[in-house]
Amino acid sequence: MAKVPVQFTLNGSEKAEFIESGTTLLHALRDKIGDTSPKGGCHQGTCGACSVIIDGELKLCCLTLAETCNGADIRTTAGLAQGGVLHPLQRAFLDAFATQCGFCTPGMIMAAKVLLDRTPNPSREDVVEALSGNICRCTGYEPIIQAVLLAARANSQNAA
Amino acid sequence: MELRKDYFADVRKDGLNEIGQPRPRLDSPGHVTGQTAYFADRNFPGLLHLKMVRSPHHHARIRSIDTSEAEKHPGVVRVLTAKDVPHNVYTILILIQIGPEDETVLADGKVRWKGEAVVAVLAETERAAQEAAARVKVDYEVLPAVFDMDEALKPGAPIVNEYHGRNYYLYDSGECRKVRFGDVETGFGEADHILEQSYQSSPIEHAPTETTGCVVAPEGNDRFTCYTNTQAMFFTLDNTSIILQMPGSKLHFVGGTVGGGFGGKVDVIVEPIAILAAKLTGRPVSFIYSREEEMQISSPRAAEKVVIKDGVMKDGRIVARKVTGYTDAGAYSRHSPYGAQKGAAHYPGPYTIPNVWIDTYCVYTNRTPSSAMRGFGVTIGDFALEVQMDKLARLIGMDPLEFRFINAYRDGDMKAHRQPTEGAALIECMQEAARAANWPVAEKYMTMSSYRKGA
Ligand code: FES
Ligand code: FES
Repeated sequence: MAKVPVQFTLNGSEKAEFIESGTTLLHALRDKIGDTSPKGGCHQGTCGACSVIIDGELKLCCLTLAETCNGADIRTTAGLAQGGVLHPLQRAFLDAFATQCGFCTPGMIMAAKVLLDRTPNPSREDVVEALSGNICRCTGYEPIIQAVLLAARANSQNAA
Repeated sequence: MELRKDYFADVRKDGLNEIGQPRPRLDSPGHVTGQTAYFADRNFPGLLHLKMVRSPHHHARIRSIDTSEAEKHPGVVRVLTAKDVPHNVYTILILIQIGPEDETVLADGKVRWKGEAVVAVLAETERAAQEAAARVKVDYEVLPAVFDMDEALKPGAPIVNEYHGRNYYLYDSGECRKVRFGDVETGFGEADHILEQSYQSSPIEHAPTETTGCVVAPEGNDRFTCYTNTQAMFFTLDNTSIILQMPGSKLHFVGGTVGGGFGGKVDVIVEPIAILAAKLTGRPVSFIYSREEEMQISSPRAAEKVVIKDGVMKDGRIVARKVTGYTDAGAYSRHSPYGAQKGAAHYPGPYTIPNVWIDTYCVYTNRTPSSAMRGFGVTIGDFALEVQMDKLARLIGMDPLEFRFINAYRDGDMKAHRQPTEGAALIECMQEAARAANWPVAEKYMTMSSYRKGA
């Protein structure tokens, strides 16, 4: 199969790969580049476990072809902690017991990050709406919603 | 709400002070940083992908299988059929002497449910494996199928599973698990009212966010490392050892990290065939259910039918209870004979009833084999029992909570399956619930205790 070059930044560092045309970004990140934080729960755009941020937008990388990401800025949960310090969302997911099996967690955190980047003080409804594309089968969602609200509060206290 | 403080950390003097205190989960830091390694996060150079050819029929004889086109498909490395599996007929609970072996790893001569694994295709890419699987030709002679437990138990019904020879599991107690306590007919004779009701449930899929699967790597010395999301590590290791006729010392299982299971990952399904594939090709192999397979192929909670007949007195005492439970195992046993058996002990509920008769059947049909799921064998029964309790209370015009106080088991009461009740807390829980819900309950019930002097 024809290979095509693709080059983008992943969590701030340059990546260049030759991939088969038609490879999904999920497959490229996980199996070629070795960032396994996006999870494949369905490979059909229904579970949200593969959510990543591409140029500031929340995307399902199981439905994104890697070759369309040339020059893009891609962010994943694996790159969120800075110098060993957890991002406020990661901290809040720990403190609010928002993880059980953890399989949905990286995708949830990505969805929540896009929300907080745009809406630093979201309402509960905003949070529910922002997470509505991400399935969690363990927690019943409430601790996740609380974690996102907790992170928003922590952010605004730090800003004040 | 007032809690039984003596259990809790802030009032204990003995140093056992964990309960009632939040503790961080040990696995959460890995989850929030994306570092937790699930089985599919392992990648190996030269990894092969396994795809299953599955039965499109509920019940059929296999006249022939032609894999020649699939074998020629570009990227295909190997195609496996029943004859490649050293010990192809197995059953999970054989490890605890619950037999007979009744399920095939790959179908041999017959399929008994729609979705049953028939041929395994191994290829360099998932896509090649999928395309080649579509080129396997299986010639089926479709047989009459049965999907309903009542139909399956009728004389003359098609036999689902020849290894049993009848459409129910034969326990050492006979065609069902039985509990006999007191004299149920005398109890019905004395009762002021009798209520008989039937309750039914459908299968339920666990739908974990991570689908079932494993990745196997040969270690080069005839040993194999299997990264798996099984919930039953040693059951899987031991059954794999039987199926592959390979000593357990050659199998190294790595697991413990499960992306949601809820009981749906306790069957031994993906590992034996993936390890066999790695052994026969000398290459690492991944076998991961698609989302569609997870929803359609993996074992659901069994469909159940529970028929409850109760004799009750005007004063609220239940004097006789007769329950017939049916568990739909689907085409194979898996964990269902055990689930049905659990129901036999459970059906009286947390109530003390002097006359009890219970029969529970594990029934075979041409449906997807069912298995474990959160409290299987008792969860559906609890639904049925508590709905029945409300109906009984209404029948005699009594408050449903007071009705339960009258019948609640207390320490020292003998249960129908001859286990004395110990450490009961039903009465105390109901008292708390009544307070929390502001549900008016007569004072005599609010001062009751599960504890009986001398018990
Ligand atoms: S894996 Fe992408 S949405 Fe489920
Ligand atoms: S924590 Fe298991 S799916 Fe969300």
